[in-house]
Amino acid sequence: MAPAANGTIGLRYDARMADDIASLRRILDTCRTIAVVGLSAEWHRPSYFAARYMQSHGWRIVPVNPRYTQVLGETCYPSLEAIPHKVDMVDVFRRESDLPPIARSAVAIGARCLWQQLGVASAEADRIATEAGLDSVMNRCVKIEHARLFGGLHWVGVNTRVISAQRAGRPG
Amino acid sequence: MSDHVFRPETLAIHAGQIPDAATGSRALPIYQTTSYVFDSAEHAASLFNLQTFGNVYSRLSNPTVAALEERVAALEQGRAAVAGASGMAAEAIALMTILQAGDHVVAAGALYGGTVTMLAVNLRKFDIETTFVEATDPAAFAAAIRPNTRAVYAETLGNPSLVVLDIAAIAEVAHAHGLPLVVDNTVPSPFLCNPLALGADIVVHSATKYLAGHGTTLGGVVVEGGRFPWDNGKFPGMTEPSPGYHGVKFYETFGDFGFTMRCRMETLRVYGASLAPTSAWQILQGVETLPLRMERHCSNALAVARFLQQHPAVSWVNYPGLPDHPQHALLMRQMRGASGLLAFGVKGGLAPGVTFIESARFMSHLVNIGDTRTLISHPASTTHRQLDEAQQRAAGVLPDMIRISVGLEHIDDILWDIDQALSAATR
Repeated sequence: MAPAANGTIGLRYDARMADDIASLRRILDTCRTIAVVGLSAEWHRPSYFAARYMQSHGWRIVPVNPRYTQVLGETCYPSLEAIPHKVDMVDVFRRESDLPPIARSAVAIGARCLWQQLGVASAEADRIATEAGLDSVMNRCVKIEHARLFGGLHWVGVNTRVISAQRAGRPG
Repeated sequence: MSDHVFRPETLAIHAGQIPDAATGSRALPIYQTTSYVFDSAEHAASLFNLQTFGNVYSRLSNPTVAALEERVAALEQGRAAVAGASGMAAEAIALMTILQAGDHVVAAGALYGGTVTMLAVNLRKFDIETTFVEATDPAAFAAAIRPNTRAVYAETLGNPSLVVLDIAAIAEVAHAHGLPLVVDNTVPSPFLCNPLALGADIVVHSATKYLAGHGTTLGGVVVEGGRFPWDNGKFPGMTEPSPGYHGVKFYETFGDFGFTMRCRMETLRVYGASLAPTSAWQILQGVETLPLRMERHCSNALAVARFLQQHPAVSWVNYPGLPDHPQHALLMRQMRGASGLLAFGVKGGLAPGVTFIESARFMSHLVNIGDTRTLISHPASTTHRQLDEAQQRAAGVLPDMIRISVGLEHIDDILWDIDQALSAATR
């Protein structure tokens, strides 16, 4: 997703939003099926980067985009409601104004987490998700957070903020 | 819920290194390898496309070097970092990633001599022009900015001028013009000063100095704060598809560490000034004790400055840690201390100054700073000799200036050596 024009990507926080290491680890550990709303089929788009990364680390990706029938070898659905099975996380690559109805759909289909991608932070969607008991993450990339907490980002010099005397583990 | 915020003393020991996944090794292993196997052709493609993070070749990334990069990023409260073979390499990586032919830089005048040469001579060859301005005057920075200016450059504590940069004020000027403020934070080290928290956008370090602390190893680090809006229209290299890395848009794809990724995948990959894993390991041995060492460097330097102030053979003393220094209040707002670096003049000028240096017993005459050993030098005849006298004065170098990098020897012994050398110089 395009970074926020004000250049504050990665720095916008909300009290409700899950942003601590323990919560993010729990979300990534328990949400194994991810519906990716707005997933592009073009390899160089950030949504494709993120989905392909999570797929290669063992997560099931469910593409949601009316423009395609298949992406990353998985059936692509026109909407969240069209998915015939449960999804754990709804990961959204759409502009902020599109978010509130997608948040309501995420609640309706029984997802456990609404994840708004880097550069996207709809406070209304956050409120809809958290009031329905879902975990909410805003303005974060699922790939970047996975790599931050489970090893990959450390190799490219990112400050992961992980301090631990446990061996490095890489679930997925 | 929020994560516990670890303090610098803890980060200096732990950040960037958890026990090795393969062996459980508690100390950091030295990964002495050029290259890394791919699991499959698809894994290789995915790594080259940057769709999976992993190691390919040690010119780009290495697990031992990565521990240093993350540790310095953490100590600087930054988002990400990339290491280079020396402090000059780090500067070159940062500037060459931001700038292209036709661009302009506004830089503080009080800079390390090597940096002045890079800006005024070497980058000039590539049609990048620099205007040097008075480091203490934010209005001078603003006045020098042109439509093609793309970076503002300064040192947080000038070497050897010891000019204290008003980081917040200069950052405000840079940001008002849509420009990143790049600062060299070598002299304070990340323990004494965190420029990113005060508004700077990119920090460069010569890790050779206080970070390593032992005077054995060259290295440099570039740290990105993660707050600069690279999509403001002035930096197409950050927002347009990269011709140097098959069409990746670095800011869109990597967000607040996009600049670091571009430094790594475009500049470091092509120009090759990578840090050796053994060097990263040696620097990290020093970083673990950085906070303890900096406290002692500062207290020893303050004692030396006070001693010199009352010494009859000394004409002037420049140490911003002294309460009567004109920039002392600014220093204390921005830093925990004034570092181990100070400068003074021996009465009588150049000749007694040279005698002072030659009469020292254990203070070493050389051109490094930030060693455990007390180091002395005469900048006008060494580090800054490539500059003419006007450039020297602009960089804060006076003909009679003696620079001391106060070490960790016992303060009584340091004062004894200074006193006996001053006696010899004025005999």
